[in-house]
Amino acid sequence: MTSATGSYYLPHQAKWPILASTGLFFFVGGFAAKLIGIGAGTFFMVLGLLIIVGMMVGWFGEVINEGLQGLYNPQVERSFRWGMIWFIASEVMFFACFFGSLFYFRAYVIPWLGGEGTTGVGAFTHLLWPDFKPEWPTNGPARVGGEFEPMEAWGIPALNTLILLSSGATVTWAHWGLLKNDRSQFVKGLIATIALGLAFVALQAYEYYHAYTEMGLTLGAGIYGSTFFLLTGFHGFHVTIGAIFLTVVLLRALRGHFDPDHHFAFEAAAWYWHFVDVVWLGLFIFVYWL
Amino acid sequence: MATVADTHGAEHEHGPAKGILRWITTTNHKDIGTLYLTFAMIMFLVGGTMALIIRAELYQPGLQLVDPHFFNQMTTLHALIMVFGAVMPAFAGFANWMIPPMIGAPDMALPRLNNWSFWILPFAATLLSATLFMDGGAVASGWTLYPPLVLQFGNALPFTIFSVHLLGISSILASINIIVTIFNLRAPGLTMMKMPMFCWTWLITAFLLILVMPVLAGAVTMLLFDKFFDTSFFDAAGGGDPVLFQHLFWFFGHPEVYIIILPAFGIISQVIPTFSRKPLFGKNSMIFATAVIGFLSFIVWAHHQFTVGMPVPAELYFMYATMLIAVPTGVKVFNWLATMWKGSLTFETPMLHALGFLVLFVLGGFTGIMMSQVPADLYYHDNYFIVAHFHYTLVGGGVFGIFAGLFYWLPKWTGTMYDEKLGKLHFWLSFLGFNLLFMPQHFLGLAGMPRRIPDYAVQFTEFNQMSTVGAFIFGFTQLLLIYIVYKCVKGEGEKVGDEVWEGAKSHGLEWNLPSPMPYHHSFEGIDIQKAVADE
Repeated sequence: MTSATGSYYLPHQAKWPILASTGLFFFVGGFAAKLIGIGAGTFFMVLGLLIIVGMMVGWFGEVINEGLQGLYNPQVERSFRWGMIWFIASEVMFFACFFGSLFYFRAYVIPWLGGEGTTGVGAFTHLLWPDFKPEWPTNGPARVGGEFEPMEAWGIPALNTLILLSSGATVTWAHWGLLKNDRSQFVKGLIATIALGLAFVALQAYEYYHAYTEMGLTLGAGIYGSTFFLLTGFHGFHVTIGAIFLTVVLLRALRGHFDPDHHFAFEAAAWYWHFVDVVWLGLFIFVYWL
Repeated sequence: MATVADTHGAEHEHGPAKGILRWITTTNHKDIGTLYLTFAMIMFLVGGTMALIIRAELYQPGLQLVDPHFFNQMTTLHALIMVFGAVMPAFAGFANWMIPPMIGAPDMALPRLNNWSFWILPFAATLLSATLFMDGGAVASGWTLYPPLVLQFGNALPFTIFSVHLLGISSILASINIIVTIFNLRAPGLTMMKMPMFCWTWLITAFLLILVMPVLAGAVTMLLFDKFFDTSFFDAAGGGDPVLFQHLFWFFGHPEVYIIILPAFGIISQVIPTFSRKPLFGKNSMIFATAVIGFLSFIVWAHHQFTVGMPVPAELYFMYATMLIAVPTGVKVFNWLATMWKGSLTFETPMLHALGFLVLFVLGGFTGIMMSQVPADLYYHDNYFIVAHFHYTLVGGGVFGIFAGLFYWLPKWTGTMYDEKLGKLHFWLSFLGFNLLFMPQHFLGLAGMPRRIPDYAVQFTEFNQMSTVGAFIFGFTQLLLIYIVYKCVKGEGEKVGDEVWEGAKSHGLEWNLPSPMPYHHSFEGIDIQKAVADE
């Protein structure tokens, strides 16, 4: 076995990637089939999902074991760190696409639909929809989806902001615990973070339920509903992923996996958590508040 | 910089695994490079066949061979397959083969991820190709997938969208790997500014990919929601706007065409110095020019939409910003010319392709400047002039760059020199075929022949026939390429030494390695420090 320092670990014969691709293929293929009304699609979706979950357990398990065996020197860990940073960068751009769309709708499209501008759309929309007032929130000049109530910022969303911000603090507190080798603070911090994350998701789910059943606010409620659920939905999905990520880190922490010098997985989870935190602040300001 | 020692975690020394499992489970950058290049070649033939169907239909006015709907499916899939299946994987293949040896690294930084980046591609290609055989056929909206047209396609749409998602995941993962490798695995002493141009151009390409692929993923996700989940993103009645999709698509799409051309710039910047027997002229300015091109690519996207009805200030801004790209691109072109100036030039096949690249890419660049001007573009838009323009840049630039790199490094990979006579024949047939194929399309476009239409007015016949003849020459010449590569891989030909090309050692670390490069331990027994210092 190669020593832990001075050499760059190169794995051989990876069997997980092909499983990952197969799982993804079944999942998206099944999903697409389901969308066009083929009943068997659901089966392949579930099958694909199971393969993906199994693959992740296997792949991450293999990496964790190699880490525990001391195969990774600091340079390998640096590769992991860079990898995670650029992965998060790509996620930032994914959300930037949706935020950019929201700004575009609010700054340009709605005024144009209201007749602003002498070239382009604005030149003729007042003929098509003379009654349309360019205000936000809106479900468009055709009032797609009928009456709806926009989501109020200072109820659940404000509470959720508080929850996520606190969770950012608890995860940092956990990190401090880990750095001074205080295992109990580390574990408590993680548990608190995960609990806050789950509370966030639960409140978000309640908010969605409320929106769908009582406010007429659905994906079909014109551009407001579309952007609202697209942005908050993908964010909620990312919070869920982050919570799962932190849970795995917690289970590993309970097995004594991390020490003050080697805890890349925790750091990656924490970065990811801060990332969903920052995205939420953007959501709170631009989707709920302004 | 930390040291990079080339050792392995495995208990014992071994070569590649046996049989098909070698290729499925490999984590070796050379194997994965080969996989990428093979996949790209297959897709090049598939996409090329579609192009020949298009050209065959256009040989004469009137409807000849295929019905218009199928014709539109061909234009759509030809573009998607060539961009995502052929050119990008080919460059990823070069990156895998060449970046580690060029920077003195033992392999790519994240080898398992590297395997996955490749192995997503065949699945994505399967999803995409399968749509051809579905009810209603493949998506026929053009590769730009504009709503509302694209939302009218039924069964093929979700499969196409998910295929784009998978292709995006593959590109992002490959890019992460390349960035990490370059930042973290360079040999000690090989500073960023000493790094070869090919690595530099790929580094910047990788950043572009990471920043724009997620935007495309987001945009097609919104298409999916509009089609299946009642949203109104691209529907004005609900307060949305179909033009938004164009903005999002081209925010991805413009950097995307630079993603296709930048690695070719890198290859050309390796090839021209070698065959001029001079160092690259103005390397620092090359690096900065590439970075500036990368930056500009993010802020010019709407020049693809001048006719859509944007506010005039926006059109002016995008026009001037677009013209600005000519400056860093000019820096590169003049540097290549200055590299050759008073050089001791020889014209082996890679150099021929590099010169072919220069001529064709500059022509494509010039037509690009023509179209950057709003008043002129209103006329050029969506006719054969634009088709000629982007094929000059993407085929004349991208594909000829790939050919140059292939002939340049093939002897290093296989240890065998390719057949120089056949190589030159392949170049001349490709070059002449290409120009016969696309040069007349400039005039067809200026005369008013619209793109993506299977029929045309009778007066366009002669130029279309020339174009079709050129297409078949160019297409079938590529079978010759496969034969040349096959012969070389089989080892039929002269054996080559480490350096392969006269004086190549001063142009890159890779020429210090044996030909073929060993499967593992590329740099074992080689003094990287000295090689870096000598360069």
